[in-house]
Amino acid sequence: MGAIDIPAAREGTLPSILVDNARQRGEKTAIREKALGIWQSWTWSEAAKEVEWLACGLAEKGLTRGKNLAIIGQNRPRLYWAFAASQSLGAVPVPLYQDSIANEMEYVLNDADIEFAIVEDQEQVDKLLEILPRCSKLKHIVYCDPRGLRHYENKELINYTDLSDLGQQRAKNSPDFFKSELDQCRPDDVSVILYTSGTTSKPKGVCLTHRAFVDVANGDIGFDGFNDRGEILSYLPMAWVGDHLFSYAQSLVAGFTVNCPESSDTVMIDLREIGPTYYFAPPSVFENLLTQVTIRMEDAGKIKQWLYKTFMGVANKHGPKIMDGESVGLIGRLAYLLGNAFVYGPLRNNLGMNRIKVAYTGGAAIGPDLYRFYRSIGINLKQLYGQTETVAYVCKQPNGQAKIDSVGVPMPGVEIKIADKGEILVKSPGLLKEYYKNAEATQEALTSDGYFRTGDAGFFDDDGHLKIIDRAKDVGALNDNTIFAPQFLENKLKFFPFIKEAVCFGDGKDSVCAFVNIEMDAVGNWAERNGLGYSGYVDLAGKEEVYDLIGECVAKVNADLAKEESLAGSAIKRFLILHKELDADDDELTRTRKVRRGFISEKYGVLVDALYDGSDSCYIETQVKFEDGRSGAISATLKIRNMDNATANQSQGVQ
Amino acid sequence: MAGDRRIGETILRLDDICLSFGGVNALSNISIDVKEHEILAIIGPNGAGKSSLLNVINGVYHPSSGSVTYKGQTRNQMRPHDAATQGIARTFQNIALFKGMSVLNNIMTGRTLKMKAGFFWQCLHLGKARNEEIEHRKKVEEIIDFLQIQSIRKTPVGRLPYGLQKRVELGRALAAEPEILLLDEPMAGMNIEEKEDMSRFILDVNDEFGTTIVLIEHDMGVVMDLSDRVVVLDYGKKIGDGTPDEVRNNQEVIDAYLGVAH
Repeated sequence: MGAIDIPAAREGTLPSILVDNARQRGEKTAIREKALGIWQSWTWSEAAKEVEWLACGLAEKGLTRGKNLAIIGQNRPRLYWAFAASQSLGAVPVPLYQDSIANEMEYVLNDADIEFAIVEDQEQVDKLLEILPRCSKLKHIVYCDPRGLRHYENKELINYTDLSDLGQQRAKNSPDFFKSELDQCRPDDVSVILYTSGTTSKPKGVCLTHRAFVDVANGDIGFDGFNDRGEILSYLPMAWVGDHLFSYAQSLVAGFTVNCPESSDTVMIDLREIGPTYYFAPPSVFENLLTQVTIRMEDAGKIKQWLYKTFMGVANKHGPKIMDGESVGLIGRLAYLLGNAFVYGPLRNNLGMNRIKVAYTGGAAIGPDLYRFYRSIGINLKQLYGQTETVAYVCKQPNGQAKIDSVGVPMPGVEIKIADKGEILVKSPGLLKEYYKNAEATQEALTSDGYFRTGDAGFFDDDGHLKIIDRAKDVGALNDNTIFAPQFLENKLKFFPFIKEAVCFGDGKDSVCAFVNIEMDAVGNWAERNGLGYSGYVDLAGKEEVYDLIGECVAKVNADLAKEESLAGSAIKRFLILHKELDADDDELTRTRKVRRGFISEKYGVLVDALYDGSDSCYIETQVKFEDGRSGAISATLKIRNMDNATANQSQGVQ
Repeated sequence: MAGDRRIGETILRLDDICLSFGGVNALSNISIDVKEHEILAIIGPNGAGKSSLLNVINGVYHPSSGSVTYKGQTRNQMRPHDAATQGIARTFQNIALFKGMSVLNNIMTGRTLKMKAGFFWQCLHLGKARNEEIEHRKKVEEIIDFLQIQSIRKTPVGRLPYGLQKRVELGRALAAEPEILLLDEPMAGMNIEEKEDMSRFILDVNDEFGTTIVLIEHDMGVVMDLSDRVVVLDYGKKIGDGTPDEVRNNQEVIDAYLGVAH
């Protein structure tokens, strides 16, 4: 990456850093938005002015220190300015997910005592007007895009432009007002309240301070070398802690340019036009991109296909090593260079990733093939780990040390402890101050010595990298006290294209056994290519050859586990292939496609017993619900496969 | 919402129009007043003469008798491009876009009549022609934004699904900044979601730009929801004219649509 002039660590509140930026790099572009087909840009000094006017306008309408202001909409410059404007008055911005339905918003608006809201467009205005009668405190709704709102006559509504004009007038009449308000803000004040999505209970408002964001952003500058020549595309929800950190706090601290896409449909086109230097996406986005590439390659001509296949082979062999700075032979290097000219370079360009210095993914496990693909074509894709309560992340993979199954090393200033059952405890500069108006939850989340309970279970490997294995509450133990992390095992199995779902058992048992669901398309395709005839799902799932195929996958997982001292004991001893797909309609999966382990072990109790009593096969009859609401029964005799092979013995040896 | 729009004076008057092809009387003695800012629907069974009527309005067909008065001017012989210059734009029953051209360029063609720079300057892409193009592009971008088709701006029209092509065609008609917009079955062949979107856009065009809209449509639900006034044709004759409610209860209309026992 060459020499990088690392900017000095920044201090103060976020809006004060904005004012500094206007002074230090006033003519540099701060933010862009594509509107009417053209990238419109604002420099740091223009952005600072906009913030001042908006702040003055809001103050004129009665926004004061200690009040909260809701921000709802897609990534837009005006909404980012709304963060800074409210913060400079000492008010606290509360971003909400723009796709939430009105009723979900109602809870947050009332919980956070929202009096002011700044929203993007008619869609959000309609939602707020719908719940207005039940949100007694909400008095002012500022909208950015007036389209469709001409005939609205509610007294709560005000156009952003009008408010900004009002503010500009006030700023002219009392020029010292903004500065004096800004000077009253302290780094330890709460800078933002972010509501966690709350899958199990009501959402909780996480209060984070200016200092938390500034410190985390400063840490990053040293770690990944962000500077004011960078570009990012802001397309993830503004209410998500990651976007607030990357697109708002980090942009202020490092001084790089934020780009707001034209609409949510144009993100991929805009990505290509901007060519960001830094990029974050959840694994599903990376997977989508790869699928598109694969599909388009299948439509390409023979020569192109050959080129792609040949050079992807080279990339797969040498790419990750080159990326990690390991030694590669001269011929390998030359072949990679050639591939870069013909395939990887154009491909990166097509994905809009030509200028990327570092890309991150997180939030869910990423498949090894996917991860390897991006790293092999020269995109420095790495993983990170963290949550809202710790300002997005506490661990990141350092350059050149990207391991597929780790989330990297603790960031500077972060302390991590592993508690009982492997639960990860974190103390970091970015820790939450409290949950909003919820002392009980705050007390529950923090230990007496100030560590945050993440609820995730994990461990450190020999190189000091953190590995996440599961949610702590799901982690169990075998009878010999070996840690049993079902999700970790299931994910490892699911990364094989032949396996669609897996369910592992072992808590309170002597060994680990598993149910496997085959991926019909992949296995069916494999069967056709190998001349294996089958009549349908049940038949295919019961084939001896398919058992061999899945057996190989399980053996690989076991071999992987054997390398990990603390998990070696949880190698899979026996497995069976289910005769039907696990389905949300039969309550076996949640609507987000997570396996309901408890329900499954009850429903298929006979099979679980058979796995543990040593029998070779088991007869089962299951009720299934069809999509039209009728129900029927499927019966089959399932074989059970033992994994008594070398890997199993080897893992015993390690113990 | 419709109540907020002020429906104005008559902008277009068809007086006693007759049109025949050989022995077939496509239109006989049709008189209709189109008021400024209204949405007027023309309905009727197949072959009732709806499209012929639109073609008379924008000058494709010349009535054998009767007169067309547009903004106070009664015209005799008029060609389609004269109609276009005077602010009458239309879309077609079967999509008539340039399939190989991008969405952007297709909508740009709608601006042709507004381009003032001469052929020579256009070729050189210099001076006045260049500034003019920037101006037109801005207008086109506003339409793209209005119709929410930013993501397909540069996609060739032939690759788009049918519903989107219809939307692009509406965009091209809007590019001419018309005072009267003639829509020939804007929702034919669309699914419910596409129909809802299109209805929304038609209402928005009418509301935002104050454009007078004359549309032919078969989906009665859509017609009754959208229109301020409905004209019913049957075998080239006008058999109904009134608000959606009046038309719905008109016995002659019911007979024409549902058939009568003889």
